[in-house]
Amino acid sequence: MSSSTTATATPARSWASDKLFLGMSFWEYLKSLATPGNFLAGLIMAIGVPLIAYRFIFGLGASTNLSQTNPWGIWIGFDMLSGVALAAGGYTLAASVYIFGLEKYHPVVRPAVLTGFLGYLFAVLGLMADLGRPWNLPVPIFFSWGGPSVMFEIAWCVVLYLTVLGMEFLPPVFEWLGWPKARLWAVRMTIGLTVFGVMLSTLHQSSLGGLFLMAPTKLHPLWYSPFIPAYFFISSIAAGLSMVIVESALSHRAFAARIDHKTDIDGIALGLARGASIVLFAYFFVKLQGVADGGRWALLATPYGYWFLVEMLGFILLPSMLFAYGARHRRVTLVRWTAAWTVLGIIVNRLNVSVIAMNWNVPDRYFPSAMEVMVSITLVTIGVSTFRWIVNRMPVLNELPEYRNSASH
Amino acid sequence: MKLNRRAFFKVAGAAGAVALTPAKTATASADAASLDANRRGVLVDTTKCIGCRACEAACAEANTLPGPAMLDDAAVFAAPRKTSTVSFTVVNKAAAAAATPARFVKRQCMHCVEPACASACLVRALDKTPAGPVVYHKDRCLGCRYCMVACPFDVPKYEYDSALPYVRKCTFCADRQAKGDAPACTSVCPSGALTFGLRNQLLDTARERLYAKDSPYVRHIFGEDEVGGTSWMYITDIPFEKLGMPAGLGTYAYSSLTQASLAAVPFVLTLWPPLLMGIYTFSKRRNEIGAHGTEAREEADHV
Repeated sequence: MSSSTTATATPARSWASDKLFLGMSFWEYLKSLATPGNFLAGLIMAIGVPLIAYRFIFGLGASTNLSQTNPWGIWIGFDMLSGVALAAGGYTLAASVYIFGLEKYHPVVRPAVLTGFLGYLFAVLGLMADLGRPWNLPVPIFFSWGGPSVMFEIAWCVVLYLTVLGMEFLPPVFEWLGWPKARLWAVRMTIGLTVFGVMLSTLHQSSLGGLFLMAPTKLHPLWYSPFIPAYFFISSIAAGLSMVIVESALSHRAFAARIDHKTDIDGIALGLARGASIVLFAYFFVKLQGVADGGRWALLATPYGYWFLVEMLGFILLPSMLFAYGARHRRVTLVRWTAAWTVLGIIVNRLNVSVIAMNWNVPDRYFPSAMEVMVSITLVTIGVSTFRWIVNRMPVLNELPEYRNSASH
Repeated sequence: MKLNRRAFFKVAGAAGAVALTPAKTATASADAASLDANRRGVLVDTTKCIGCRACEAACAEANTLPGPAMLDDAAVFAAPRKTSTVSFTVVNKAAAAAATPARFVKRQCMHCVEPACASACLVRALDKTPAGPVVYHKDRCLGCRYCMVACPFDVPKYEYDSALPYVRKCTFCADRQAKGDAPACTSVCPSGALTFGLRNQLLDTARERLYAKDSPYVRHIFGEDEVGGTSWMYITDIPFEKLGMPAGLGTYAYSSLTQASLAAVPFVLTLWPPLLMGIYTFSKRRNEIGAHGTEAREEADHV
């Protein structure tokens, strides 16, 4: 939200005013920040950031409800698993536009890539809070390779894909800085980066589910399946598409002044809804296949079975139907609410697998501490604030006139 | 398992994604048969255990842990205990019927033949040594606690109360074994309940006891096949559930559970780029023809 750049010389001041303070002087800019939304964000951060410091000073035991039985909580289930799934819009949209040539969706690629980048960045930051010794993060990359570990594959993929997303977002950064040569160089990498990004996403989106293959006696049999990597991968596509629908609707409201009004945002939402409907439909049947394959029908008539049915019918089949209906009858509002519902459903699924249906058969259950919840809320708030900061300065939702007819990217 | 890991590294390296070389692991570098023949283990005969907890005290001493609480107090057996960051082994009393004599069971890391924790660990902080012990290289550990999720026996314990936490568990006294000594717990056992030796020979010993004439034993060696085999093996004359041993573990190594998932990695690395580039070429040409053929369909959009 704030910037540490201080005006020292006169030319630097005008650059800062132009690039950082939205054309205002530093003091005008500070005054302009006094809005209810910023106040709320500031309040959350004022509480949450010291809590993150508290976690590092006093350890995980003092700040979380994690236990010897439940070593993973919402920092894994929400921040990491849900965060990465919801950031899947980056690879989904980049592939749709640059690989599949669906030019209609071009206007939402940049916000999707930015959402993806920030989603991964804050998922990794959440992971840093969760890891007992986060300063050892370079070990799996440079020093000691655990080849047979699914976690090893994820570590490599996430590090590489975070880099890819950062590079994919370079063109708007260079446009903002006014570096046309650097921008051209960045634009030329688009196809290569997109292919690499899809490859990495296929691997780690599925492997995040693959982590739980190692817990056959701990994860409830309705959620445990040899197909769990496929579930995670397929649902990440639905999550990414839904997130782009939600995010573009919110952006159009919040950043109305910056939007290119020629963009057919309703048409884009309806098109993405059609895709999400098909993906969710496939997801529903792949998950049903898992129940049939494992012979788990009888478990549906248990309390966990009812909860499984809520997920299957309420959060997968229902939004699939609503997306189809909305896309066919051009009900954009319905489509947007359905997208928000799907996003919630993906979070429910990731929490089911990692927390709720995990260790279902032992007495020692986990419920997040207030501090865990607050740290997660803080990370989301910082993420949203960073998104706003960037969108207000760089050409993400709008196009700069000088690049309108330049090479596609 | 072996093939997968190697195939993964080979193709990953060839694809230029990451410059990896085949990792040397205990199982990959040594001949499997001789490895099996030299693997150490412990046979726990619960019919001989008297619940004296000398093993607990010896373990604490060998690992410089605080001595076990209530050492001479039978009240400690009121409820089954779990191992912790400061007690790597515990002796529990079985919830057996009143008629039968008391049965005790010592719990500690099972030192699986193919440990789930070691195949889960992304930095090989937990590693299976050829001699048997699953050891912990604490300097590598990230603290992701995936080993705790993966372990079917809930053995790895985490130092949640520390700001600089480590995973803690029984080491099978790997340092003592390296010097030719027996683990601390087995060397103090006064009743003959714990027998340390070569795993294969211990299996023979166990079978002799199980199939002797009028043998009271349950005809099962817990750990012979569970999760692909464990270094610590148990025999008993009461049902294993009453001893608190986990049921339904399966006889496959847990590392095999992620085999299919990891086997897909080389295919994604090698097949995705040509497939996606093919689609790209196709869609690019389609859009070019579309743009020239129909009159500027996407004029409103920029190209």
